[in-house]
Amino acid sequence: MGMNDAVVPAIKPSLPEEQPVIPQPLVELHGWGRASGTMSHLAQIDSVADAVSALRKSDDRGVVPRGLGRSYGDAAQNAGGTALDLTKMNRILSLDASSEPATVTVQAGVSLDSLMRALLPFGLWVPVLPGTRQVTVGGAIAADVHGKNHHTQGSFGNHVRSLDLLMADGEVRTLTSDGDTQELFWATIGGMGLTGAILGATVALQRTETAYFLVDTDRTADIDELMELMSQGDENYTYSVAWFDAVTRGRHMGRAVLTRGNKAAIADLPLKLKREPLKFVAPSLGTLPEIFPNRMINKATAKAFSTGWYFKAPKHRTGELQNITQFFHPLDIVAEWNRVYGPHGFLQYQFVVPFEEAEAFRRCLELIVNSGHLSCLNVLKRFGPGNPAPLSFPMPGWTLTVDLPIEEGLDKLCDTLDTEVVGAGGRVYLAKDSRLSAPMFRKMYPRLDEFLAIRHKVDPTGMFNSDLARRLELSNPAPSGAA
Amino acid sequence: MINAVGAPQSLLLLGGTSDIGLAIARKYSRSGLRVVLAARPSDRRTAAAAEFTGLGCEVTEVDLDARDHESHAATIEQAFSGGDIDIAVIAFGLLGDPEQAWHDPGLALELAEVNYTAPVHFGVLLGQRMQAQAHGWIVALSSVAGERVRRSNFVYGSTKAGFDGFFLGLGEALRDYGVHVLVVRPGFVKSKMTSGLGEAPLAVTPDQVAEVVVDAIKSKRELVWVPGPLRAVMSGLRHVPRPLFRKLPL
Repeated sequence: MGMNDAVVPAIKPSLPEEQPVIPQPLVELHGWGRASGTMSHLAQIDSVADAVSALRKSDDRGVVPRGLGRSYGDAAQNAGGTALDLTKMNRILSLDASSEPATVTVQAGVSLDSLMRALLPFGLWVPVLPGTRQVTVGGAIAADVHGKNHHTQGSFGNHVRSLDLLMADGEVRTLTSDGDTQELFWATIGGMGLTGAILGATVALQRTETAYFLVDTDRTADIDELMELMSQGDENYTYSVAWFDAVTRGRHMGRAVLTRGNKAAIADLPLKLKREPLKFVAPSLGTLPEIFPNRMINKATAKAFSTGWYFKAPKHRTGELQNITQFFHPLDIVAEWNRVYGPHGFLQYQFVVPFEEAEAFRRCLELIVNSGHLSCLNVLKRFGPGNPAPLSFPMPGWTLTVDLPIEEGLDKLCDTLDTEVVGAGGRVYLAKDSRLSAPMFRKMYPRLDEFLAIRHKVDPTGMFNSDLARRLELSNPAPSGAA
Repeated sequence: MINAVGAPQSLLLLGGTSDIGLAIARKYSRSGLRVVLAARPSDRRTAAAAEFTGLGCEVTEVDLDARDHESHAATIEQAFSGGDIDIAVIAFGLLGDPEQAWHDPGLALELAEVNYTAPVHFGVLLGQRMQAQAHGWIVALSSVAGERVRRSNFVYGSTKAGFDGFFLGLGEALRDYGVHVLVVRPGFVKSKMTSGLGEAPLAVTPDQVAEVVVDAIKSKRELVWVPGPLRAVMSGLRHVPRPLFRKLPL
């Protein structure tokens, strides 16, 4: 292993000798899917000293960093242990707009939403945006999130220049993507908070003239037409993603709406928008109340939504000007939209299989469509090359995401999909996962042992721990002694 | 951890050869499930271990002696040595001959120890573990016999009455720690415990009990009867005046 502790300068946080004991109540924490909550002590972290102190006070249940709680499953909860609420560490520390590329240094709790708002006036752009802006930079790194531009620009980790990691020994180290610390750096990218708590990062930015996109839309009759179209033309667009109908069976299975686009230049804007080309358009329709029953998504509503969404799109349209919300984050208009699934919650199943396994990909789609489980928010995309992170999700291939309300038989469907995905050399995305078994996980991530070795080296007693880590047997030392 | 679709990762059977306990384990069995069978060493335990290993589970056998109180802590210690337990089932129990039970002090004491003292002891030990891990389920297999104790098997019934009350209370105590206790009140279950006895009305199989337990955990219930209609029957019986109750053929 390449990392040599001696050459890594540790930042010694200055701690008062006697920290007052802040009572941390047990609170129920759950992921965005709201399906498997447990009780953790939630420690409010306002400073590096707070984080170190919470780490030192933790018992053998350990600590897990938590941001805005947008991972769908159990990644940011820690039953019986501590979750570090890092959302108050939300300062943008410095901006270097003159270097090429421009970089920004932030605390880990800054949301991509606030970062975008701060950067746009400078003509600077956050390089990777997932399906919501309501995630923290720390979470984006720990899950190595991806966006519509993965096929051209990679995942979030590709754009991180350095990060500050609070490690199990209570010290904060700065890690970089190359050099002596690269091994731990890359294990931390996509490492789900299990190598330490990311407290800050420096991220490379892109430049943009406007906050608008020129978008081409195509409606396809079925899945084959869609995959064909994407294989042909995706390289001409920075951004590409398809919504598909996961309810309609038979001849039109997988009919889809493909939207692809590039950043608009000032010259592309109509006169009215030219006056404020970098305006951040993010309307809010308010917060969904907690009133929805289970089974809101039923045959009738799912069919109506899917058909409506499909026919709402034009058959073929080019050069439409769209703003950030229209193009990237339509769901961000409504806060707490996950409540629509009712108290049983839902899960998101996202997998990727290599391009050469298009047949397996089609079989998975068929399994979902014919299962009787209903999903409305379905996303299909082509990934580009992955990065060096051992637990990073994206790899070259087809990725598909479905949102499924928790209902009888869903476990069987997901187990069947797992088998199909593993058989094709693919994997599921940990940031979305809430039900994968440890043996399946091991088969999906062939570099798992590499990750575990690094984790064992930097956190031999498993101080960083989470429900996800226990479920997938990432806890160190392995409880069964089988590691 | 019990995952988002309700599948546990680990299961502990205290009474690892109980028909109902094993039926519950069968419902949950899948590749990679950790099953801890705590029971007296026996061919039955060996056979059960082989069965679950065959189903792809990781099986551990642990010794349990209900009457040796000193050994209980070690039993729990070993059961948790592989990590958190998601679902612990207290499935051991002793029926005994009801008439012998109130004539034979030794048998009466044994029933009290096996059916009440030991479960309370294990309940406290499990409660400590579960409180620390802040998740998980304790499934306590009670009996309608404890809901209103009747003359025909009052020694057994009284132990189950105490058992039932203890675990309902433990459930309340552990609520704030994210730990759930499910008390199950079956009627007559056709199992090795009741073999040779005449079948009572509303009799169920261990498999039916297991099904109810799995559903109850999924929907986060705290108290269930098997079969369901027994709830109404028992609710009525509880209020029958004593002079009349003693005349009922129960």
